[in-house]
Amino acid sequence: MHRNDFVRQLSSPGGDRRPSRIMHIDIPLLLILIALCSIGLAVLYSASAESIFYVKRQATFMFIGLFAMIVIAQFQPRLWERWSIFIYLCGLLSLVAVLFFGVGAKGAQRWLDLGVTRFQPSELMKIAVPMTLASYLGKRHMPPRFKHVTIGVIATLIPVLLVARQPDLGTSLIIFSSGFFALFLAGLGKRYLLSTALLAMAAVPTLWFYVMYDYQKQRVLTLLSPEQDKLGAGWNIMQSTTAIGSGGLSGKGWTEGTQSQLNFLPESHTDFIIAVLAEEFGLIGVLGMLVLYLLLIGRCMIIALNAQSMFGRIMAGTISLTFFVYIFVNMGMVSGILPVVGAPLPFISYGGTAIVTLFLGFGILMAISTEPKRI
Amino acid sequence: MRDSAAFSDPARERIMFARRLLVTAVGTLLLTAVLVARYFDLQISRYEDFATQSNNNRVLVRPVAPSRGLIYDRNSKLIADNRPSYNLTIVPERSEDLEELLADLGEIINISERDIQRFRKRLKQRRPFAKTSLRFNLSEEERAVLAVNGHRLRGAETSARLKRFYPDGELFSHVVGYVGRINERESKTIEAIKYSGTDSIGKIGLEKFYEQQLLGDVGSEQVETNALGRVTRVLDKTGAVSGDNLTLYLDSNLQQVGLEAFRDKRGALVAIEIETGGVLAMISAPSYDPNLFVSGISQKNYDSLLYSQDRPLFDRAIRGQYPPGSTIKPMFGLIALQHNIVTPSYKIKDNGYFYFKGIERPWRDHNFARGGHGDGVDLAKAIVESCNIYFYGLGVKTGIDLLSDYGAQFGLGSTTGIDLPGEKRGIMPNRAWKKGSRGQSWFNGDTINTSIGQGFMLATPLQLAVMSARIASRGEVRTPQLVKAINGQPQPIIEAREEIKISDKHWDYVHRAMENVVHSNRGTARSISKGLTYKIAGKTGTAQAISIDAEDKYDSTKIAERQWDHALFIAFAPADDPKIAIGLIVENGEHGGSAAAPIARAVIDAYMQSDPSAAVAENQEP
Repeated sequence: MHRNDFVRQLSSPGGDRRPSRIMHIDIPLLLILIALCSIGLAVLYSASAESIFYVKRQATFMFIGLFAMIVIAQFQPRLWERWSIFIYLCGLLSLVAVLFFGVGAKGAQRWLDLGVTRFQPSELMKIAVPMTLASYLGKRHMPPRFKHVTIGVIATLIPVLLVARQPDLGTSLIIFSSGFFALFLAGLGKRYLLSTALLAMAAVPTLWFYVMYDYQKQRVLTLLSPEQDKLGAGWNIMQSTTAIGSGGLSGKGWTEGTQSQLNFLPESHTDFIIAVLAEEFGLIGVLGMLVLYLLLIGRCMIIALNAQSMFGRIMAGTISLTFFVYIFVNMGMVSGILPVVGAPLPFISYGGTAIVTLFLGFGILMAISTEPKRI
Repeated sequence: MRDSAAFSDPARERIMFARRLLVTAVGTLLLTAVLVARYFDLQISRYEDFATQSNNNRVLVRPVAPSRGLIYDRNSKLIADNRPSYNLTIVPERSEDLEELLADLGEIINISERDIQRFRKRLKQRRPFAKTSLRFNLSEEERAVLAVNGHRLRGAETSARLKRFYPDGELFSHVVGYVGRINERESKTIEAIKYSGTDSIGKIGLEKFYEQQLLGDVGSEQVETNALGRVTRVLDKTGAVSGDNLTLYLDSNLQQVGLEAFRDKRGALVAIEIETGGVLAMISAPSYDPNLFVSGISQKNYDSLLYSQDRPLFDRAIRGQYPPGSTIKPMFGLIALQHNIVTPSYKIKDNGYFYFKGIERPWRDHNFARGGHGDGVDLAKAIVESCNIYFYGLGVKTGIDLLSDYGAQFGLGSTTGIDLPGEKRGIMPNRAWKKGSRGQSWFNGDTINTSIGQGFMLATPLQLAVMSARIASRGEVRTPQLVKAINGQPQPIIEAREEIKISDKHWDYVHRAMENVVHSNRGTARSISKGLTYKIAGKTGTAQAISIDAEDKYDSTKIAERQWDHALFIAFAPADDPKIAIGLIVENGEHGGSAAAPIARAVIDAYMQSDPSAAVAENQEP
């Protein structure tokens, strides 16, 4: 590490002296995050049948995440740029380790048992892949040349395939889209875009027949006819659309949702929590939530535009776009327009690791947003 | 677009990036519009439909528990049954005040402080609206009281479940195993839906090995509930499918006779039906009552089992590893005959000591004090009287490579492949094994120790029985199996590998020698021949539980009983047409002939009395 990574512009006489700058905190971003977390806890309280236990745990993880975010923000983006390849390689190694020594649940092998704690390498890759690509492409010519595109694609596909085999289709999709966004923002040429689109279309049958597990196919089939699968995912979709629809314009009121409160809605506190929000706060609640999310994404895009380096731009842009993918996939799946893959709703769904990972990403964004201007 | 031109100017890079970001921003807004349209469609356009549906939505889907497959012995005697058991469960969300409810319940039925503690612990791990058990095994009286007071106990419910019951108590505990509550570790590895109707899972033994078959398929029912969540009507039902029933090769009667024969001794016995490889009896003594584990064993009971010096929880039959001692002599004799290393006419003089070139300290015979077995010891005599000196020489001349190669064919040194979890492999030592585990070369001294089944060599009682069966069947190699039929479908007999190639005349010779172990007046097991109406072939063995220095004589009066030698015996019967083969050990029993052989005789007697041909005909699924 470099000395300058820590001792930053504190001593520079012309520097910005506002406390937020000194602490490397982006105030609008922080405010939106706090708002999202608060709403998340309120909805979780209702969705978990008024369980203080879940709310306490979730709040604990949020505080850990906030703290981690602020710590991360103290490091110069340059540091992340330099170290990204190591983080990436460590992530890749541990993904391979998961393949052989991983522990897991319900047929999926996702965790490494480190003795004291368990660690999910695929979570790390959600940040390491865009970071490495941003670092690699940021140093190259814009738009990237064939060789750089190829390396970028390979660096994305290796973790994507490893995670898909665990199997964890949701996370694999997130990693894939982060790699794609990084390439796209780096100025990927039109010819590549066109061929990617064609390849994607050709890939669908291959995935269906050779890569996807039966239960994954079942998820897609369930989307087409939910009544087929009464104890599993189909039941979830039937119940979640009923919950959402019965919320109407203004909802049934906090903790008053009959669908969720009478336990018709499974997984109501994790992946399907948006159905609880939609039932209890109606379309107004859903729109309010979406506006908050868009504000967050908008703020991130502004940070991306103002970033001092190409690395900062690509990284910030990719994080904000990947964040949108989370939201789109989750809200789409719960409302029955996308197949059910395990995808939590950011900051609202119950789940510690996912929350901490999100905050880590925003920590890097804050580091980028408060980087001093290069002269 | 100018995308294809290479930029190097930071300002132009920025413009390019801004343009790209704009494209994605538009894309984001478009996709958001799709979401808004979908939620608008559900919440505004189709609001009426869903609101009605939600109001009528008093319909829940509940899992229907399948009943666990039953387990029968070979004569269709039920040895693992399901019996109804009633639990008191609570859904806190449905109660007005949980503390008040607990207090009310405490007044009408017996609820201990411990019940409440455990209940609170379970409460933390459950999912919202899940039923959480407060008391198990309600008596009929308690159920009646709860039913009468039901109206004022909102949130409490009695639920009936089928609970595993083992009618014979300790008789089959090590073989059949038991089911117990799914623990936290297990709950992470099982498929939640398959187990949604039950809270039990096979923990050890057959219950664990055949968990998938025994479990069955969960069903579902759609029930209508009132506003309090109580079921008012069942609308639709997809029945559960019961688990598969297992029929075993085991014979309760043999099992009973065998366990009684052990009385207060510790040890294990395995009896195998030679024709099929089916296990007729499998005993590990002492045993314990598996019913204790079914709905959670108390810490006190568990500790007393766990810390008992007799180790009742330890399955000696497949996990106990003992030096096989002289029981391997018939097998080694066969190898030496087949490879012409000894012939029936080859004789030695045994004066009690065996010297090997270059080694000063001699190996001894067990009767060295009486001057050995004397002149003219041939292979038959060496087996009948268990002469070590003969086998020391035979072992050295045969060499460890052949001994261990054949040992493996007879089933030593690797798991037998029986349908039980946790079987141990024992050790059939050879050069590679010693290099790998000790990092040392193989010495002739090692071969000498191995040639009387001591030294590094270890075998489980099951492996002894398998070896005995393979000798009895003249080299036919069957994998021992417990399950004879699943749902009435006979399971195939498994031939583990090719027949062991040894000439008939050698089999004849060794069989005759083993017969004389029991039926000649010099045989080491002659004490059990009294009153036999058929012939048993056998071989005794003694294995050191502690090592005795070569200069000291083993004297049981000078050492603690727990350090006495183990007594072993292998046998098959009838000697001229073998049907049953046995391997057994009595821990610290001292002499195979006096401690172990009588137990084998008791079991074989019981087998011969029950007409085997009748047993085969009766073996249909009930």
